[in-house]
Amino acid sequence: MVKFKIDNKVVEAKEGEYLLDVARRYGFSIPTLCHHEALGSDGRCRVCVVEVKTRWRKRIVTSCLFPVSKDIEEVYTASEDVKLVRRTVLELLLARCPESDVIRYMAAKYGITEPRYKKDTDKGKCILCNMCVRTCENIVGVSAIGIIGKGPEKKISPPFREASDACIGCGACVAVCPTGHIFMEDKDGIRLIWRKRFELAVCPKCGRYHAPVEQLEFISKKTNVPMEELLVCTNCR
Amino acid sequence: METDRAKLDNTIAKYGNDRSLLLSMFQDIQREYRYLPKEAIKYVCEKLNIPVVKGYEMATFYKSLSLVPRGKHTIHVCMGTACHLKGAPGVLEAFERDLKVKRGGTTEDMLFTLESVNCLGACALAPLVRVDEKDFGKVNQTSVKNIIDEYKRGE
Repeated sequence: MVKFKIDNKVVEAKEGEYLLDVARRYGFSIPTLCHHEALGSDGRCRVCVVEVKTRWRKRIVTSCLFPVSKDIEEVYTASEDVKLVRRTVLELLLARCPESDVIRYMAAKYGITEPRYKKDTDKGKCILCNMCVRTCENIVGVSAIGIIGKGPEKKISPPFREASDACIGCGACVAVCPTGHIFMEDKDGIRLIWRKRFELAVCPKCGRYHAPVEQLEFISKKTNVPMEELLVCTNCR
Repeated sequence: METDRAKLDNTIAKYGNDRSLLLSMFQDIQREYRYLPKEAIKYVCEKLNIPVVKGYEMATFYKSLSLVPRGKHTIHVCMGTACHLKGAPGVLEAFERDLKVKRGGTTEDMLFTLESVNCLGACALAPLVRVDEKDFGKVNQTSVKNIIDEYKRGE
């Protein structure tokens, strides 16, 4: 166990534990956009920056990926330097996603209403946090989407930018997206997501459309629960 | 283009079915077809038991891999600092005009793909043009025509 201070409060943590987890355990609030307890850290959004003071120097680090060590003396979650870096990060994110109300709200907290930088028009609300990709790969286990391309053209997409055979239409990516970028629509028994159309299953008890047939088939195959049971929606089960 | 399953199997076997060597397999396939056919990406990924999207991520990440058919010869116009100062933009423009393609494009007869690079490391020869593996130094608008003609005559 290591002892150090976060904003003048003494905290204890295991060596190697990430700073963000320690800080949140002690009730400090550090904003994040790409961190989820089920997915862990990825270090993509850079909003979680904090200042770490060691015996030798002070520096700005991403708390979600910074391991606790015995060199740490103090951590500041809201010093002037931290605020400055975080403000810049949010300003850049706002320039990328001017349509995002989430980013706009967070940026406003740091005094940014309009970014100084040229605004992107082709990125939608996507900040490339990679949470949808990680969910699809590690939680759902199908890997239907990925980060395609590089540089300014980088985007989240299924392979070949067309309907993917791997996608089961579960919508987990939509649920986890921090900005609401991913489009999904359920209409007249059809779900549309990632350029693919899914037929929705009808619950035999209440007659409600509840999940894509393909998703139920996937679950049935994985868990050996027969389809007849899965076709009954969660409310009627 | 029809992809030959047996050939793809050979390529995969050559690298011992090792998924960490996917890039080498892609390079071999690219050399064979002068691009990465969609079917080939799908087939190799399925064989190696990796999600197709991982193969597609790799294919879109590396500039040396192409998803669209490329010309028989690739013309690299160097746009590095030295070449730029010595008139590379004019050279590129001359190529674009004579071949009737834009940077990154391929001619209709599938003979040439035109590309720009940021430095080929032969600044003394600026402005430099590299066609496949051959270098042409001190290129001007007249020699652009000669270079194109030389390769057209070779056909």
